[in-house]
Amino acid sequence: MSEKFTPQTPKETCEIISDALAAETPIEIFGSGSRRLIGRPLETEYALSTSALKGVNLYEPDELVLRAGSGTPMSQLRMQLDQHGQMLAFEPPDYGPLVGTPADSGSLGGVIAGNLAGPRRIKAGAARDHFLGVDAVSGRGELFKSGGRVVKNVTGYDLCKLMAGSWGTLGVMTDITVKVLPAPEKTRTVLAACVDATTAVSAMTAALSSPHEVSAAAWVPQNIALRSAVSYVSGAGTALVALRVEGIGTSVDARCASLRDELSAFGDVDELHSHNSEAFWEEIRDVRFFADDGGGSSLWRISVPPADAPNLLDGLHKDIDLEAFLDWGGGLIWVRVAQMQDAGSYVIHRTMGGTSGHATLIRGNVYQRTREPVFHPEPVPVARLTRKIKEAFDPKGILNPGRMYEGV
Amino acid sequence: MHMPDPDKTVLSRRTEIIAALRRIVPGEGVIAEEEELRAYECDGLTAYRQLPMIVVLPETTAQVSEILKYCHGEGIKIVPRGAGTSLSGGALPLEDGITLGLGKFNRILDIDYDNRCVTAQPGVTNLAITTAVAGDGFYYAPDPSSQIACSIGGNVAENSGGVHCLKYGLTANNLLGVEMVLMDGEVVRLGGKYLDSGGYDLMGIVTGSEGLLGVITEVTVRILRSPSTARALLIGFPSSESAGDCVAAIIGAGIIPGGMEMMDKPAIHAAEAFVNAGYPMDAEALLIVELDGPEVEVDELIQRVDMIARENTAQSVRISSSEDERNNFWAGRKAAFPAVGRISPDYYCMDGTIPRHRLSDVLTRMTELSEQYGLRVANVFHAGDGNLHPLILYDANTPGELDKAEEFGAEILKLCVEVGGVLTGEHGVGVEKRDLMGEMFTETDLKQQQRVKCAFDPTQQLNPGKVFPTLHRCAELGRVHIHEGQTRFPDIPRF
Ligand SMILES: Cc1cc2nc3c(=O)[nH]c(=O)nc-3n(C[C@H](O)[C@H](O)[C@H](O)COP(=O)(O)OP(=O)(O)OC[C@H]3O[C@@H](n4cnc5c(N)ncnc54)[C@H](O)[C@@H]3O)c2cc1C
Repeated sequence: MSEKFTPQTPKETCEIISDALAAETPIEIFGSGSRRLIGRPLETEYALSTSALKGVNLYEPDELVLRAGSGTPMSQLRMQLDQHGQMLAFEPPDYGPLVGTPADSGSLGGVIAGNLAGPRRIKAGAARDHFLGVDAVSGRGELFKSGGRVVKNVTGYDLCKLMAGSWGTLGVMTDITVKVLPAPEKTRTVLAACVDATTAVSAMTAALSSPHEVSAAAWVPQNIALRSAVSYVSGAGTALVALRVEGIGTSVDARCASLRDELSAFGDVDELHSHNSEAFWEEIRDVRFFADDGGGSSLWRISVPPADAPNLLDGLHKDIDLEAFLDWGGGLIWVRVAQMQDAGSYVIHRTMGGTSGHATLIRGNVYQRTREPVFHPEPVPVARLTRKIKEAFDPKGILNPGRMYEGV
Repeated sequence: MHMPDPDKTVLSRRTEIIAALRRIVPGEGVIAEEEELRAYECDGLTAYRQLPMIVVLPETTAQVSEILKYCHGEGIKIVPRGAGTSLSGGALPLEDGITLGLGKFNRILDIDYDNRCVTAQPGVTNLAITTAVAGDGFYYAPDPSSQIACSIGGNVAENSGGVHCLKYGLTANNLLGVEMVLMDGEVVRLGGKYLDSGGYDLMGIVTGSEGLLGVITEVTVRILRSPSTARALLIGFPSSESAGDCVAAIIGAGIIPGGMEMMDKPAIHAAEAFVNAGYPMDAEALLIVELDGPEVEVDELIQRVDMIARENTAQSVRISSSEDERNNFWAGRKAAFPAVGRISPDYYCMDGTIPRHRLSDVLTRMTELSEQYGLRVANVFHAGDGNLHPLILYDANTPGELDKAEEFGAEILKLCVEVGGVLTGEHGVGVEKRDLMGEMFTETDLKQQQRVKCAFDPTQQLNPGKVFPTLHRCAELGRVHIHEGQTRFPDIPRF
């Protein structure tokens, strides 16, 4: 077990990292620890948690902006936003239970560091798109800031983009400013029976190309639908395409009616109303269908051009024992691979060879996370840039070394 | 404005360099005659001019790569250029530099409705992308006012916005992939027709990097289905304060309009005189609020905004009942820059962003500054997101007036930072705001940004002299400074 520091202030964070730099000793960076088991395993003697850097220190609902310590629990943020009818529009997912940590224990910093996003990604963007400003300590032991508190800002390089999705390998974020948005007044989901992925992607493409402002589009095969806590889904007795419509009441009603019409060409249609709609999309967002690891299964999150999803799935089914469902209109494939020594990595990367996109191993055992590419291998020139960026922020490689790629 | 000292050896080798470039780009793609070089001496920030040493107009990525590789080896500087509409001098040439124009990269390569994206060469104009898909009911959302002229590559380099970015985001939020060439000639692809990056978001950092990290040779953007309806309100207010309150109340009510633009009295009058849009001449501030989406939604939101406006002391409210009328509301706003150009020999366009609730403070202060400098100012304002465009009116033929206008502008930008805002919302730093960067960033902040530059371009040959007030050598930036007095890791032996 490593020795853990829990700095109370950005200054103290800076001192700890400076000390680690002076000693050239690697240090694990984490928030609440809910995503600690995602990424390549770390073996550091020391660890730093941002959990004490918490609290909302600026929230102006009319200005759509919120700034908080990076260790602020997501549960607390959500409560404050709820009170003002606002939300983080990218629908931050909670992968804790997928990797065996308690539900809803994540921090804001963790969500941003993983650049995570839920089903609304296709309409509202990912964490990166809502990340306005940051204060962080680099691996050089220096406190720097980038961005600001306003949405429109092109002053200097947007280092926030690099911090989002860097999994603590470039800096320790201490303060985070995000854009917040009004929560929709009403939400509804149209369901349509769609037995196979090809038909499903066609249906989702049609819906996403319509003017109905669909804010989420997923497909679950029948065996997975059965696990839903929403009876309309589990009891449907078929694979389903689900399309979410949000906004003001009259508009939601009208758009749902149009979507039902247009989708009836693909199969029988049904509708989920407010509570059921919310519950279903939480299941998709948090990948609850695959929370049970079923005795050593691993879990992949694969982002591809939506139209490529059906072929890719076909290819994978031929060679490995897996279960999968689609989010993001086909652009996101969640794959649970039954116990396999390499977590299915070889076949997944080989099958993806022909398409563009990336696969991330979200759940795997220590062996798999050490031996297999957890983050998608980068082409040589891109990998070279990645290394140089790491050096630019953390020249001695002390922050979460090797968590994303070996030597980075 | 001090630019990096020209390299005398490079200048003395001009003839040889021209010959080498002609071997890479045959025909008329290499421009060396002074008369023709004139066309490239400035961008949209016309107060700064410099003839480039040479202009080269390649047509393929392979040629761009060859040019950069050659220049890298020979220590020659490169200034990338799209359509040259930058308002911050990002494409300002260097005396000893080659301006690399992307104008011949003008083809749309792929329209992919299944994946809802378009791939285009960087010289394609912003509007041409929308035009290419409009017939099928789609559009590309970011819409800078310069969209008929500016290039999509330039949009990526500047992370450009437009009136619709409150609801639909800036270039960065609509970009899926780029191909770019690094200074050493290496071609890299970042992103693609899928979402988010598997590793570091390199495409994100390239967006808005003002041509300092690489030359963009291909762009893939998301397209959206056009909204079925759009209607606008034209609202006059007795003060800019009440207009500002109205904006806050609209957003406070959970409404994110497709566009929300404000103009102050001088801007209203200039625009009205130019296009006769029927703007209320007695209003101190004018707000255009556009709602788009399904018809039922737009109809309902129009009513809600109308109510909010009246609660916030609106003097007049007009609601568009036809496309013609809606376009007419916008005509004045869209023509605001040229309209101001008609009432003054020259104008200088600023671009700060402020937290919206500080608007009336900032406007009051600006009025004081206007008196102090003896220069008039007209304001157009992306009200929803706090992006302010003060237009300072001056006459370049009056000695000293340009300097005064620039000083006034700098004061405004400092004020923006002082109230919690930023130096530039969408026009970029370029050369114009370069020396003001210290108002917003510490030396540590700036050095961290420059280290990113070094990761992409360690010899700093791409667009040097832009964005950063002080040039540091990459080797110096890379040095690690250890603070003595370690306490927390006592048991670790030091190397
Ligand atoms: C009347 C007017 C209205 C405007 N309105 C808006 C507005 O509403 N919103 C807004 O955001 N901007 C606006 N602008 C500013 C300008 O149009 C944008 O910044 C635009 O994106 C610049 O594109 P360009 O092709 O003209 O680029 P250029 O001016 O040619 O270059 C701009 C910068 O990008 C770099 N660059 C260009 N192409 C490439 C490439 N292929 N690879 C690498 N670097 C490259 C250049 O080196 C330079 O630093 C306006 C300008 C004018 C004149």
